[in-house]
Amino acid sequence: MFNRIMVPVVLQHVDRMRRTLAVAADLATQSRASMIFVAVTGKEPNEIASTPEKFAAELDLFAREQGDRSGVATESHAVVTNDPGADLQKRLLEAIKVTEADLVVMNSHPPGVADALHLIASHSAWLVRHSDISVFVVR
Amino acid sequence: MDESSADSLELIAELEEVYETDYEVGQDNIERYGLDMHNPVFFVSAGLIVVFVVLSLLFPDAAKAGLEATKDWVQVTFDWVFLSAGNLFLLFCVALILLPVGRIRIGGEDARPDYSLVSWFAMLFAAGIGIGLMFYGVAEPAAYYTDWYGSTPFEIAPYTDSARTAALGATMYHWGLHPWAIYAMVALSLAFFAYNKGLPLTIRSTFYPLLGDRVWGPMGNLIDILAVLATVFGLATSLGIGAQQAAGGLHFLFDIDAGLSSQLTIIVFVTGVALISVIRGIDGGVKLLSNINMGLALALLLFVIIAGSISAFLLNYGQTLSGYMRYLVPLSNPVGRADEAFYHGWTIFYWAWWISWSPFVGMFIARVSRGRTVRQFLVAVLLVPTLVTTIWMAAFGGSGLDQIEQNVGQLADGIGDDALVLFQMLENLPLASITSMLGIILVLVFFVTSSDSGSLVIDSITSGGKTDSPVTQRVFWALMQGLIAAVLISVGGSAALEALQAGAVSTGLPFTFVLLAMAVSLALGLKHEYQLNRAIGA
Repeated sequence: MFNRIMVPVVLQHVDRMRRTLAVAADLATQSRASMIFVAVTGKEPNEIASTPEKFAAELDLFAREQGDRSGVATESHAVVTNDPGADLQKRLLEAIKVTEADLVVMNSHPPGVADALHLIASHSAWLVRHSDISVFVVR
Repeated sequence: MDESSADSLELIAELEEVYETDYEVGQDNIERYGLDMHNPVFFVSAGLIVVFVVLSLLFPDAAKAGLEATKDWVQVTFDWVFLSAGNLFLLFCVALILLPVGRIRIGGEDARPDYSLVSWFAMLFAAGIGIGLMFYGVAEPAAYYTDWYGSTPFEIAPYTDSARTAALGATMYHWGLHPWAIYAMVALSLAFFAYNKGLPLTIRSTFYPLLGDRVWGPMGNLIDILAVLATVFGLATSLGIGAQQAAGGLHFLFDIDAGLSSQLTIIVFVTGVALISVIRGIDGGVKLLSNINMGLALALLLFVIIAGSISAFLLNYGQTLSGYMRYLVPLSNPVGRADEAFYHGWTIFYWAWWISWSPFVGMFIARVSRGRTVRQFLVAVLLVPTLVTTIWMAAFGGSGLDQIEQNVGQLADGIGDDALVLFQMLENLPLASITSMLGIILVLVFFVTSSDSGSLVIDSITSGGKTDSPVTQRVFWALMQGLIAAVLISVGGSAALEALQAGAVSTGLPFTFVLLAMAVSLALGLKHEYQLNRAIGA
């Protein structure tokens, strides 16, 4: 059904993504698709790595581990941007084109008061609105 | 493996170990309600901001008297410290340009600049100094030339040819190489330790060579909190005072009431646009607005040059350059000066101001300067803004002085309200209503570009150096600036605003010592990088 499944990941919060990773691996196995793990980083040091190059290497390692665990073919795609806080959604949308994905499986938080007041942004809701491929939101 | 390559590998490993820290970016952060905040920097800063605002509202006159007395004491007692430090920062930057460390590239050998030169320069101006050029481009040389505030550089007699050259030269001294050397040094330190040494993009990281892992403790917290307070109060009070001045300008031009409602409308407008800009981010917001403003400022500059006559501009330009070169060294002299009233009232105030703004402007410049070598960075940050400012001062200041000499318009009768001086000068040139409107727009957009870049910087410091923290946080800081300005202006009036501004400027003194230590730290860091690069290349 799908060939290339894009899975946006926040490497510093992988522990909160177990269900999403399991769903993506299941779908990939059923469709014999590959999983492409995408993460967005700035150029400044962050929790994961001190440079964008090291960040890309960490993402690549993560993708290999996921591949070994699920038996699915995996790839990684690190996106480097000037202002990751503001650019995240747009960069993910661009990554769909670059990776030629036909499905996005991504994590999201349940909507709460902060969402109702527009205090925090839901990246998955934005991607559903702007992407022309299917987006599977896992809570 | 032969012996020499084993030695060099050992040397590389030894050198790399110096900057190996167990500290992870964001490890002291607390994540709640979708926010990601450094503990204690975020909470202590926010708490102290509330305390200072409440105190200045409860006791505006006492706060004003106390904080202005502190500012005056700082400026008079430590005048030589400020002047000497300013000179040292400039000499330090020149030394780095000339030394072999100038070849080090910010972000490593393979890094390439993220922004074109034009956008980069636009953002340099827009963050910190653009707004000042609008207000002081005409007012400052006019004040020196006419002895309006009772002090001239070197006590030169007003309304003379020497007074003219000294007025333009002294203005350039305050807006030229020295302020940019301060910003460049801070920006280079922040950029170098973040992009080359992998430390969090926050002020404390620049002291790692001196303090080691202690920078992540209370001493680092103190430095970061002080930087946040200086930035928030510097920006909020400038916004408040700027709103009063802009309302005065609208009243002068269009007879619009300059009262509280107009001032609040201006604050709401500036904060609203700044909010959109921070949400859109550096590329979609700050860079875009900076480019637009640079285009508008260039148009106004060209208009003033052409409308005021090109030959007059060329004469003024020669005088500005010669005045700057002639008086650069005497104005930098920290001892045995006869013109104490002048340099205490102007030079030291500016130096304290630039230094208290340096964490903010420096960090913003750092954020957009990756990929340039130390030499390219310093030459560009020192020379290009200084050269552009000579043109600006010769055009705006020179036109103002021409009008005073030729007894044309209101300026000839004296300065009066210094917020109106720009408009009084433009009034005597053709198309005054269009150019004055352009002037008002430029002032407002420069406020927006200071507010949005300031919010990004405060957010980065209060989230422990993270640049990917939720957008909500930068929205919070942009709102805080507008809210503080609005509350101060509505409840405490000018006294409360001026009190907190005096407080912000007073932080220039502790920051002078912080910056001197930062220069030593940067020198150590660059030496280490140079040795490392040589060892790797060997």
